[in-house]
Amino acid sequence: MLRRFNQLGVLFMFLLGPLFGAWLVTGTLSSSMTLDILPLTDPLLLSQSMLSGNWPALTGLVGAGLVLLFYALLGGRVFCAWVCPVNLVTDLAAWLRRRLGIRGGVRISRHLRWWLLGLVLLLPLLTGGMVWEYVNPVSMLHRGLIFGFGWAWLILAAVFLYDLLIVSRGWCGHLCPVGACYAAIGAAAPVHIAAPRREQCDDCMDCFKVCPEPQVLKPALKATRLKSGGNHGPVIDSIDCTKCGRCIEVCDQDVFGLALGWVDKHGFGKTHLSGQNPIAEQTKLQH
Amino acid sequence: MNRRDFVFDSLRTAAGVGLLGLGLGLYSQRAASLPAWALRPPGAQPEDDFNGACIRCGLCVRDCPFDMLHLARLGQDIPTGTPYFVAREAGCEMCEDIPCVAACPSNALDHGLTDINKADMGLAIVSDQDACIAFQGQRCEVCFDICPIRGDAITLETQYHERSGQQALLIPVVHAETCTGCGKCEEACILDEAAIKVLPRHLIQGQRGEHDRLVWERQPTRPTYSGIVLDRRNDHRAS
Repeated sequence: MLRRFNQLGVLFMFLLGPLFGAWLVTGTLSSSMTLDILPLTDPLLLSQSMLSGNWPALTGLVGAGLVLLFYALLGGRVFCAWVCPVNLVTDLAAWLRRRLGIRGGVRISRHLRWWLLGLVLLLPLLTGGMVWEYVNPVSMLHRGLIFGFGWAWLILAAVFLYDLLIVSRGWCGHLCPVGACYAAIGAAAPVHIAAPRREQCDDCMDCFKVCPEPQVLKPALKATRLKSGGNHGPVIDSIDCTKCGRCIEVCDQDVFGLALGWVDKHGFGKTHLSGQNPIAEQTKLQH
Repeated sequence: MNRRDFVFDSLRTAAGVGLLGLGLGLYSQRAASLPAWALRPPGAQPEDDFNGACIRCGLCVRDCPFDMLHLARLGQDIPTGTPYFVAREAGCEMCEDIPCVAACPSNALDHGLTDINKADMGLAIVSDQDACIAFQGQRCEVCFDICPIRGDAITLETQYHERSGQQALLIPVVHAETCTGCGKCEEACILDEAAIKVLPRHLIQGQRGEHDRLVWERQPTRPTYSGIVLDRRNDHRAS
């Protein structure tokens, strides 16, 4: 699967140095340097650093700018589905949950992540320290793999068990402020998953089962009525969509595809509004 | 959902998140303390500022050509993910181009530091004169010889030796103005446990009162005479 390949590929590039002495990429996802020329920095981390009253170095600013630009264009939560190492852990939990038929558990709001994001940004302002980094599973896992874990694996184990037994998709889908930050970054990205052939849907619910954010599917797939009148268009326009493409892959009826171009607030591509095919530019992901 | 439910739902969430924030904040206060045996790389901002600024990426560790920096792991007494070194294991080699500082994207290692001799990682102290063999009349000089600012940060001072009745002691003296705290002296000390140690400067450096002036600094031009010999005793540190 292309997505796993990408996740593991990114990890592998970071690990090439420590494991085999081939220093293609140094650092971690928090901030890295590729081939001594390409700096990349996590914007959320740099924001916390700045909120604690610090002005970063030029490489940090450029690195964060590049990351912002990349995800603003591609869609923020592409990070979650295609890069983040914690996703490997939580996907495993979700897969096991399906296989073992674990149901129920606690229900919590998916908006909690926005509250947590606020907290993460507020704490450096109040305490002058980078508080979130003492517990952040995302950097804990990535740093752990590259520099050694210590007890950090306990935090990852907690996330895994919490996702498996307590809340389905509990971390990535409800709590993670890093994902929320990336969602905000990519809010206006011109890349979307869409359901251009939604009339072929036979309600098998396969996509709802595999989707890490199933609430994003319904408006586009079922053309729900909008308050403003009219029905929702076929483009999945929620910023929560991680663009993992699992719905495209799992659907027997070939309902889903990729949509490029900006989307209006009703979930239609701009091209549709000018009277053309709604997903004129859609390309289908290869399985 | 009516307005009342919405307000109470929001309040509930805010209270929960607030409690979490309180817990995290208190935990961070404990977790942020740095033990005295762990030193920060050159150019590190004062510890409190450093803790806020450092994004825990590990680039300084990677760019150190001597691999003497480490990233703290969860469970160590050092803030998780921050860089440190242990002088006794391997001190800073004081590279002229300071690659660790150049690599730092967050400026937690201050890019304003361009002269490595101005670095302030800590301060060396001859912490045990009973153990240091130089105080027992033996020639050692290892800390003096290895010091990157040789002859400035550590000097050898001759002292009267009771047992031989001669000026036979050559004892190491650390000078706080020039010592960068690189840790090479502690690393090199030949004892099983080093008798010279590098500690965070604020733990050991003294400071005279603002109003306090040394006599020979106040009147530097007037030489003092004792008998017929010009007494140079007071001149050697003043010049």
